[in-house]
Amino acid sequence: MRAAGLALAVLVLVLGGCERETRDLAPPAHAVATVATVRAHRLTPGPDSALVPGRSAADRGLVEHAVQNSYAVSQGKQLFQKYNCTGCHSAGGGGMGPALMDDRWLYGSSPDSIYRSITAGRVNGMPAFGPRLAQADAWRLVAYVRSLSGLVAQDVAPGRNDAMKANPPENTINPPRRVVVSAPPPAATASHVGTP
Amino acid sequence: MKLAGLAAGNGAQSALHPAGVNAARIRDLLGAYTGVAAVVFVLVVGCALLALARRRARPGEDSAPQRHPAPARERRTVRIVEALSVLTALTLLGLTLADFRTRHAMAALDARPELTVKVTGHQWWWDFEYQDPRPDRIVTSPNELHLPAGRVVRFDLASHDVIHSFWIPTLHGKKDLVPGDPTSTTLRPDRVGTYYGQCAEFCGMQHATMRFVVVVEPPDRFARWLEAQRAPAAEPATASTQRGRAVFLGGPCVLCHAVAGTPAAGRLGPDLSHVGGRLALASASLPGTRDHLTRWVENAPATRPGVMMPPTALSSRDLDDLVNYLASLK
Repeated sequence: MRAAGLALAVLVLVLGGCERETRDLAPPAHAVATVATVRAHRLTPGPDSALVPGRSAADRGLVEHAVQNSYAVSQGKQLFQKYNCTGCHSAGGGGMGPALMDDRWLYGSSPDSIYRSITAGRVNGMPAFGPRLAQADAWRLVAYVRSLSGLVAQDVAPGRNDAMKANPPENTINPPRRVVVSAPPPAATASHVGTP
Repeated sequence: MKLAGLAAGNGAQSALHPAGVNAARIRDLLGAYTGVAAVVFVLVVGCALLALARRRARPGEDSAPQRHPAPARERRTVRIVEALSVLTALTLLGLTLADFRTRHAMAALDARPELTVKVTGHQWWWDFEYQDPRPDRIVTSPNELHLPAGRVVRFDLASHDVIHSFWIPTLHGKKDLVPGDPTSTTLRPDRVGTYYGQCAEFCGMQHATMRFVVVVEPPDRFARWLEAQRAPAAEPATASTQRGRAVFLGGPCVLCHAVAGTPAAGRLGPDLSHVGGRLALASASLPGTRDHLTRWVENAPATRPGVMMPPTALSSRDLDDLVNYLASLK
């Protein structure tokens, strides 16, 4: 009886970690950007609507998988470096582009909003990567960007860095108490336009 | 196909069929060690069996060893043990000297490399960069190593991510590629032929398929090959390949791949400037046929789960043109 109880406890502990590590090794072929033209979604700050219109159930599954999966987040972490997101956003602290590790989101913190920022671009310099980026990779980037400010579960966020990095691993970041959606700064848009 | 000569079992990836001086010396050393060890084994086991057969206690006899053997017999035993100890020491000394000689011969090669190739290991493919004093003459040849026969080649080994190990069994022993800690190895290929190299340090999901083709050719042919690699990619000649280039430059390919002579300059994946002329695809895990190229471009993770190259959702016409373009890059 005790042995059975122990086995059950071990099983619960072991299986509890399953979903976290499920690897999406062969993303479905549809998981690729087929966006041929650039579509700018919102030109003014403020969160996007909850879901990208017209997205299929399979795509929603992909999103659910990506933003809660440890493998997807660490792949996204690699891509963030490799695709030179760091060029503007630095290691998350921001530079030419806005900081991603704070709790201020110009266009909302939902996966859909971040996905649209990456694929369709935003005004004031964020390029549209839609035609260039495989959709599965875009979602991995979304997952990682969210982990930078503690928006993914702590056991999903990466626990280590592959190389020297200024900031601590993402799973040590405390989740923000509330997500602040900043009001459009009155003169910010105008002042940035002239200075690329 | 082009790789027909590489069927398993013909020595294309066998340390026992050396095609270069290093592997030949290692094979000789292996032969010497195995031969000496075999003789010693036969002698020791033979003597033990002989002793068992000769000195078996008869019924009623005390089988315990004699506590005080006759002095003459004692002296004889001690002498035999002494002689065998000296023989053992000499054998070990001989093997050690043979080992030193092999190492010395290999170290002597280090002094005069005629060609330097920088090897970078990636998850999961190889990049070979042919060094040249003039930077514009440096070329890369991913997953396909061409070497001039009879010339000493030095390899500078580096890793992009995790530890890999560079191993061409027909040419030399293994050497690890350690991230952040450059290593090097030198070898001289002698026998012209096509061989396989292999990653020899577990490096992740596709470690087993992380291979490369090694073409050892006469120096003049090698020089022609190297010169051809330095040329920019071929201009598309047909309507289909021209469309293919547009698909390539307008799609996700350019984020990771480079083609010399076009704006594509991605450094994350293999350089595709001469991909159509390569003997094998996908880190030498697939034959270099158009059919395999199509399937690879369409859905790479289906063949090698875990690879960074994502599946593409191109229309069949786009895919066809793209593959035509890639195949035309000789």
